[in-house]
Amino acid sequence: MSAPGASGARQFWRRLRTQRAALVAAVVVALLVLVALAAPLLTAIEGQDPTTYHPSLVDSARGGVPIGSFGGVSADHWLGVEPQTGRDLFARLVYGARVSLGVALAATVVQVAIGVVVGVAAALGSRWVDQLLSRFTDVIVAMPLMIMALALLAIVPSSFPRPVLVALVIGLIAWGSIAKIVRAQTLTLKGLDYVAAARLSGWRTWRIAVRELLPGLAAPVITYAALLIPQNITVEAALSFLGVGVKPPTPSWGQMLTAADVWYQAAPQYLLLPAGALFVTVLALTVLGDGVRTALDPRAASRLRVGTGRKREAKA
Amino acid sequence: MSLVNVTDLTVEFGSLHAVDGLTFRLEQGAALALVGESGSGKSTVASALLGLHRGTGARVGGSIEVAGVDVQAASDDELRRLRGGKAAMVFQDPLSSLDPYYAIGDQIAEVYRVHTRASRRAARARAVEVLDRVGIPDAVRRSRSRPHEFSGGMRQRALIAMALACAPGLLIADEPTTALDVTVQAQILDLLHTLREETGMGLLLVTHDVGVAAESVDEVLVMRHGRAVEHGPVSAVLGSPAQPYTRELLGAVPRVDAPRGHAEVPEKPAEAVLEATGLRREFGRGKRAFTAVDDVSLTIRRGETLGIVGESGSGKTTLGRMLVGLLEPTAGEVRYDGHARVGVNPAVQMVFQDPVSSLNPRRSVGESIADPLRARGEADEGRIRGRVRELLERVGLEAAHYDRYPHEFSGGQRQRVGIARALAADPRVIVCDEPVSALDVTTQAQVVALLGELQRELGLALVFVAHDLAVVRQVSDRVAVMRRGRIVEEGPADEVYDNPQNPYTKQLLAAVPALDPRIAAQRRAARRELAVV
Amino acid sequence: MSGFGGFALRRTVGAVVTLFAISVIVYVVFYVTPGNVAQITCGPRCSPAQVQQVAEQLHLNDPLYTQYWHFLQGLVVGQDYSTGTSVEHCSAPCLGLSYQSDQQVTALILAKLPVSLSLVFGAMVLWLILGVGTGVLSAWRRGRLTERLLTGVTLAGVATPVFVIGLVLMIVVCGQFQLLPFPQYVAFTDDPEQWAWNLLLPWLSLALIEAAAFARLTRAAMLETLAEDHIRTFRAYGVGERSVIGRHALRGALAPVIALNANNFGSAVGGAVLTETLFGLPGIGQELVHAVNVVDLPVVVGMVLVIGFFVVVANVVADVLYAVADRRVVLA
Repeated sequence: MSAPGASGARQFWRRLRTQRAALVAAVVVALLVLVALAAPLLTAIEGQDPTTYHPSLVDSARGGVPIGSFGGVSADHWLGVEPQTGRDLFARLVYGARVSLGVALAATVVQVAIGVVVGVAAALGSRWVDQLLSRFTDVIVAMPLMIMALALLAIVPSSFPRPVLVALVIGLIAWGSIAKIVRAQTLTLKGLDYVAAARLSGWRTWRIAVRELLPGLAAPVITYAALLIPQNITVEAALSFLGVGVKPPTPSWGQMLTAADVWYQAAPQYLLLPAGALFVTVLALTVLGDGVRTALDPRAASRLRVGTGRKREAKA
Repeated sequence: MSLVNVTDLTVEFGSLHAVDGLTFRLEQGAALALVGESGSGKSTVASALLGLHRGTGARVGGSIEVAGVDVQAASDDELRRLRGGKAAMVFQDPLSSLDPYYAIGDQIAEVYRVHTRASRRAARARAVEVLDRVGIPDAVRRSRSRPHEFSGGMRQRALIAMALACAPGLLIADEPTTALDVTVQAQILDLLHTLREETGMGLLLVTHDVGVAAESVDEVLVMRHGRAVEHGPVSAVLGSPAQPYTRELLGAVPRVDAPRGHAEVPEKPAEAVLEATGLRREFGRGKRAFTAVDDVSLTIRRGETLGIVGESGSGKTTLGRMLVGLLEPTAGEVRYDGHARVGVNPAVQMVFQDPVSSLNPRRSVGESIADPLRARGEADEGRIRGRVRELLERVGLEAAHYDRYPHEFSGGQRQRVGIARALAADPRVIVCDEPVSALDVTTQAQVVALLGELQRELGLALVFVAHDLAVVRQVSDRVAVMRRGRIVEEGPADEVYDNPQNPYTKQLLAAVPALDPRIAAQRRAARRELAVV
Repeated sequence: MSGFGGFALRRTVGAVVTLFAISVIVYVVFYVTPGNVAQITCGPRCSPAQVQQVAEQLHLNDPLYTQYWHFLQGLVVGQDYSTGTSVEHCSAPCLGLSYQSDQQVTALILAKLPVSLSLVFGAMVLWLILGVGTGVLSAWRRGRLTERLLTGVTLAGVATPVFVIGLVLMIVVCGQFQLLPFPQYVAFTDDPEQWAWNLLLPWLSLALIEAAAFARLTRAAMLETLAEDHIRTFRAYGVGERSVIGRHALRGALAPVIALNANNFGSAVGGAVLTETLFGLPGIGQELVHAVNVVDLPVVVGMVLVIGFFVVVANVVADVLYAVADRRVVLA
């Protein structure tokens, strides 16, 4: 089924450690989180902030191209400045990490919370409850996330804190698949003999749900959540790119890319930095997610590794 | 020239020596069985004969010669010609061994074309011919069906047809009947016997079941830990075994024709603890509805064992679950101690079939066993641990095993844990649902013995649900035979077994493989007669 | 086969119910939002009296269920709109009038639909061919250099957002090396060749990321099938590797590929919005972004419903295909 035992956590780490790519990805993710958390500190060291305009650093005669080589890279501005506004790129990039990771994580938490509650309720509830929740989940799954998010974000007044709103919208629309997975897994677990044995012991339903079922859900939920985080990062970036996500002056990687194509010759790092940051973040999270899945479901992993293995011997 | 000539064969998976210095020969047209418990390496030998370990990372040493091909030295092309062309293999699970997406006839035709370069039409015709040969009715039409549209026995016949397609000189059968019901098993074994008589092909049978070997081969090779323990003609090895392990193995095999050793007839019937009247259970609704259990009435008395025996789909598991209250009957009632009962009752416990899924992998076995104590309201940690340790020792484990997790135990040990957990509730009745069918025969004997001891000691009533007629006879005072949700025959075990009244019971008993090859031949004749009737 | 027809029918009925539910949710969500629709529509300089008049005209003061009833009526039988001076008839699948331009939403969408359909379905052909091909290749060459290379490339593909691929492609191909002009939509009926050339980059941007997902899935599904017992059977009968991979393992991957295609159709539509915006293609996506920015609710609701319709239809088609591909599925 999944990682066995309370020794499961230990086994999980052992299996994760054997995957080199996943380890590297984990280190990268850890660094990114650190950068996001330490953003104020890092910009303080640089002596800049993400919102101050520096009109003197751009050439207004040439449409706002940063003055100086490499898009205005200097000791004061480590990665140069933004075209037109002259805002510090390093500061915007590290603060952008905060928005990206924060929104993605918060959205994932919302998705997982709703998905687990709906999935478990459908699996354990009466036939009628199950029908209702499952149909509702079907409807939710049928709604295209980007489209709905785009539409929803347009109509909420701008007084609402934008990053929180983006996280909420993503979380509230895209919980369908995780609810389906949780429901299926709960139904499987419910049919297992050890749950029947717990019933015969005389335990009540809620206690069986908490003690016997929920721990069994951990592995698939964590696996799926690890997949959702990079997905949510992409969605947030896309929404901000379209101008309906995180709004200026709050920096966001997607938003930085909106105007980048105009400036790619004069200030290539204006395009490359946010694009590269997105790429590295999503890649690292995806690889880590794959590693987590392999560590949690070693059977799936070994199935994928061996072509013709005859491991049936033990059973024969 | 021998058909198979294996000298000093070793197969290693990493540090595991699956096969360790095995030597044997099989002459043209002869039949040899490799018999052993799980982990003995018998299936590994079968795969090695066709060179199936090539490219998997397993190290194969020694020499293997099959139908004149040196398997170790053969090129990939030579090996492909050997596989299916000169030596064909039949696998254990016929459903998963066939491609679910293609028609059976197409799959056989594909194999035939690999070896003969026949046209598509000719290959299809050959497929229909062999399907007909193995006794599949209306072979032309059925050859267009996919595997899931066949019953288990029909699928195994189809797999045998595939093996026959290229008329190989050797048939390797790896546990060919293990997944099948006993009556179907008998049909498949009879089919193999007839095919051998007619085609003169050699047979290498891999099985854990001594009875199946006795029915089908001339020679037996008993394996253990990758080595040969005893090798010789089947009558000699099974009739007068020379090695202690062979004797132990044979001693553990339950006999369907031996009366229960310690059967004592009580002077007067003990009081009834569990009574079922008119139990009925339906699943599904509308057109898909079917009745799993239909109008079953039973009485279970204190201190006795009631065996419930039936083939797959007979409703015996559903009945067991209704007796303990895990399933509510659609109609009828279960009375415990004379009172009607709804839902579960700690006094009626269950031991489950699958030792893997019956214990929560995330909780220590001690905690699992302690469940009934805690649920009852016991809060004193010291008392709980004390009682659990006591139970662990009672079922033959160690008190120190309290904090271990299920994956650290073998199948037999886990089944003991399951028994301890049932005992923790101080039950008066334990329903055992196929408690030993996932275990090796020696482990099986130990668990059965434990259940017997506990019963005598605690005056438990046992309901023993199983498909294995011999095991049921070994443990039961009374026996009920189930078929299609109904009890077709019920009575004292010896009466039902020695003098069956119902034709279905007779058919079942005639299908059980005998350990004595001569009796096996008589049974085969008897089955032919029954089949005619 | 009657069970199969019944299954298809049941799924279709289910889809209609789903669409109805989506329309209710969308309608409720958008018309109960905290923003003042009349104020936004009228413009920031309108006086309270003018706002009131606009609200009256748009029936915004009616109870919600009346508004939704009108909306449904419009969808099923059409509706008449008074635009102050004249009365305009909006026929059967009527999604209302745009607040901004007073144009009929249905007509607006129909005008833009060919662009979006060209984009999505063209890209779908591309991602299926590229993705499944790559997956088969890496399953076949498993454990070798080819597989590792392909795994790396697909991973990079999965990690790159659509708009980043699009941006880079556009800058490199059209900007730096000027291999292609910046895309401009040409209708297929006008000039099929130009249609294809101009859509090439948008197709690629949309298809590459999806292809990566399909490559991963195809490879995983094929390797899983390769580990199954029936593959062992065919190997043990001397069937060659080419047939084992191409016939048996690939067949096992078919059903999951169909399921993923349905599942990812929605996200591909989202990707199409980005692609259209990026390349300036006049499709539904671009129009939607515009409508969203000016809070043109009828247009937004209409587009969400039309896109939802396509997603639901794609799902029904996929379900039916899936049942055909995997006959073991219980038709329920």
